[in-house]
Amino acid sequence: MAAPSTTVPSAGPVAGSRSFFSRLRDGDEIARLVTFLFAAWVVFLTLVIVFELWQSSVLPRHKFGFAFLRTSVWDPVFDQFGALPFIYGTLVTSAVALVIAVPFGIGAAIFLAELAPARVSDTLEFFIDLLAAVPSVIYGVLGIFIIVPAMRDFIEPWLKETLGFLPLFKGPAYGIGFLTAGMVLAIMVVPYIISVSREVLLSVPRDQREAALALGSTRWESTWKVVVPFARTGIMGSIFLALARALGETMAVTMVIGNTPLISASLFSPGDSIASVVASQFKEATGDLYTQSLVELGLVLFLLTFVLNGLARLLILLTSRRGAGTAHA
Amino acid sequence: MHASVRQAVSVNITPPVITAAGREAAAPADLRMTISKVNFWYGAKQTLFNINLGIATSKVTALIGPSGCGKSTLLRTLDRMHETVRHARLEGEILLDGNNILAQDVTLLRRRVGMVFQRPNPFPKSIFDNVAYGLRINGSKTPLADAVEKSLRHAALWEEVKDHLHKSAYELSGGQQQRLCIARALAVEPEVLLLDEPCSALDPISTAKIEELLVQLKDLCTIVTVTHNMQQAARISDFTAFLLNGQLIEFNPTPHLFTTPSDPRTEAYITGRFG
Amino acid sequence: MTMNGQLRWRKLVSNFMLTMTGVCALVSVSVLFFILGYLVYNGGASINWNFFTKLPAPVGETGGGMANAIVGSAKLLLLATLVGVPNGFFGAIYLAEFSGSKIAFVVRYAADLLNGTPSIIIGIFAYAILVHPFNHFSTYAGGFALGVMMIPITLRSTEEFLLGVPRALREGAMALGASKWKTIATVIVPAAYRGILTAILLAFARVAGETAPLLFTALGNRYWSHGFNEPTASLPVMIYTYAISAYDDWHRQAWAAGLVLLALVLIINIIARSILARGISVPRS
Repeated sequence: MAAPSTTVPSAGPVAGSRSFFSRLRDGDEIARLVTFLFAAWVVFLTLVIVFELWQSSVLPRHKFGFAFLRTSVWDPVFDQFGALPFIYGTLVTSAVALVIAVPFGIGAAIFLAELAPARVSDTLEFFIDLLAAVPSVIYGVLGIFIIVPAMRDFIEPWLKETLGFLPLFKGPAYGIGFLTAGMVLAIMVVPYIISVSREVLLSVPRDQREAALALGSTRWESTWKVVVPFARTGIMGSIFLALARALGETMAVTMVIGNTPLISASLFSPGDSIASVVASQFKEATGDLYTQSLVELGLVLFLLTFVLNGLARLLILLTSRRGAGTAHA
Repeated sequence: MHASVRQAVSVNITPPVITAAGREAAAPADLRMTISKVNFWYGAKQTLFNINLGIATSKVTALIGPSGCGKSTLLRTLDRMHETVRHARLEGEILLDGNNILAQDVTLLRRRVGMVFQRPNPFPKSIFDNVAYGLRINGSKTPLADAVEKSLRHAALWEEVKDHLHKSAYELSGGQQQRLCIARALAVEPEVLLLDEPCSALDPISTAKIEELLVQLKDLCTIVTVTHNMQQAARISDFTAFLLNGQLIEFNPTPHLFTTPSDPRTEAYITGRFG
Repeated sequence: MTMNGQLRWRKLVSNFMLTMTGVCALVSVSVLFFILGYLVYNGGASINWNFFTKLPAPVGETGGGMANAIVGSAKLLLLATLVGVPNGFFGAIYLAEFSGSKIAFVVRYAADLLNGTPSIIIGIFAYAILVHPFNHFSTYAGGFALGVMMIPITLRSTEEFLLGVPRALREGAMALGASKWKTIATVIVPAAYRGILTAILLAFARVAGETAPLLFTALGNRYWSHGFNEPTASLPVMIYTYAISAYDDWHRQAWAAGLVLLALVLIINIIARSILARGISVPRS
């Protein structure tokens, strides 16, 4: 992502030595100004978005303050709005997604980076990239018609039988809910983990692996105990990226989570996430407090993903620097 | 044992094919490894041609030659590291203590034949964990702390790091990191230690330290080192093999090869006419 | 020397774990084919002339189509491209050719922020400025939301490809006396066109499948939408609406529409990547 070269200086006369309007006639200055406006617009847009989110949530912010984040009651009829069930749902589904996706993703990335011949690895990576491009609503369709029935008829009953003593797997299992949403999310974020982890693993200097083998390691030992730890920062970055994606995922989640503002220890329970409730209730929201509470939820989500994305990019940047030159463990 | 070995290897070892009879004639203990009729290909390109060579026990053998002559390739066959590359193919026989390494289990082999690489490559772990790595995966029974100290002493690094064992290996200087890699390799008590241009990434002082170290390590294990630095080969090795274009041109005790080389090409190389 | 039990176990573990990684890779990749297969099997039959030409039928009746959704998506994407692509493209030119490092950092940071913002929030934003003040939903609002999403993708990728053009090329043109903007227009952009086109196509494919930002901007429409000021049906929203409904016929149409949408998105992606593969290879962001 880092770009090396400095920009070539403008070919025109030194800026500032002529009046603004005479400079303006110079084609280069016009080009500079016009393109600057477009670039500045991006910054402006971003600021306006944050501003709008803030402005359009003024009513609930003033009415509830920070209690908004702690209250679990979401009752439009009585104008009581609390974000907790949705924060809970967002976090739980994302956690479930990671628990499933991380082992799969890292495992697949190890295969692609360490075992598969280059052509096979590239071909499979091509398909993984295509997976990342599949629209969310299609995953939602997959969720409703395949995963929900599979959960309801096979997986959840099996979980109840074997692990039903855990509070995680108690209660009626209808196929929708936190577990299913987490499952669908897992399928959606796995490609991100695979892509980034594969790249990071490929960038580990080969003499790390060779040194491990030269000490009498098996292939798995050299991979798991040396190569993967070397790449651990970048892999963590990929997980953060996946998490950021999972947090904001809307359609697939809203189609399978049950759309009920509920906090429950059981993964079989229906629930709701921030993105999901905004998607399902925004149109029907009557009254400013209701609508603005949904906007405030959006603001919370924005902040969450903002922090996570920042962390992810930092981690990935740290690894790429590390692999290239002197390393700092 | 040493006296008879010294006697046996004072004879000029020339590069003709080592026959089965010849192998029996030389006492097996003299040659830790025997390379016979080895040919090597990367894909369709052949890079080693009919190499026949004996590696003397508890001696330092140097492989020299110009860039691309195949010396590193040859070194890497000795612990079957060439197998990590997809299209590498080896034909011939390489014996370790009389047994063909190509027929053995490769993981076991690599415990007995260790390797130190051109650029220091410590693992992203602490100094202690680096040295202990080989011991841990092999399920060593000896207490780790003792074994780690022993290896670090052998690598002349103990005094410098004994109070910092749990610091990251990357905090060491380049020369120290390379000595750490040597300690790491020594920890599993290999019979042969292969070093691929171990000093080429280091400053002169670190180089001198490691050269000194290698001469001392002879008593512990047999050393084979690739070097592009002829003076280094002349300083530290007992035997030198000169390779050119994938062929073994000359193999002799070091003083002999450097003062009265048997082959004109050897002479041309060591006098700097090419390379 | 023979293997002892411990080594045998380690090798067993090694072979097992490495096989498992292969299984993970295989399973992950096969999801793609599974989805495709499912949609082809279940939706393929419903892709007929009706699907492309008829309006949705009243609830309970069969034989409807998604003509309005297809046209609606086209209109939305047209708007999105007009909003997003010039912005990203010219902004990238500024970053690559004119800007100092401080401004570049700020702009890139903003673009990354925008890129990482969940699409539902972009939808809220578009609602707040284009729907709420005017009190009605419109294609403009939906197109704008999608366009905003296209900006950062187009911007960052275009910048990367512009920066990838070798110095020698730029300096060659300038040495001949070409002014900066002429160099950009006639030398640099053409040199990077493959990558830029790929970036635009990928951004397009990305927003073509987006549903969330349309839910309360373009909303939906069971009939034709006239002009751009009315709410409009769109393919992704139709898929959503039909999939969560209780009617079998609607489910079938959802699968059919899903197949069409997925095929569209995948084909664009494949084309984009093959354009890139035939040209220069540039680091992935």
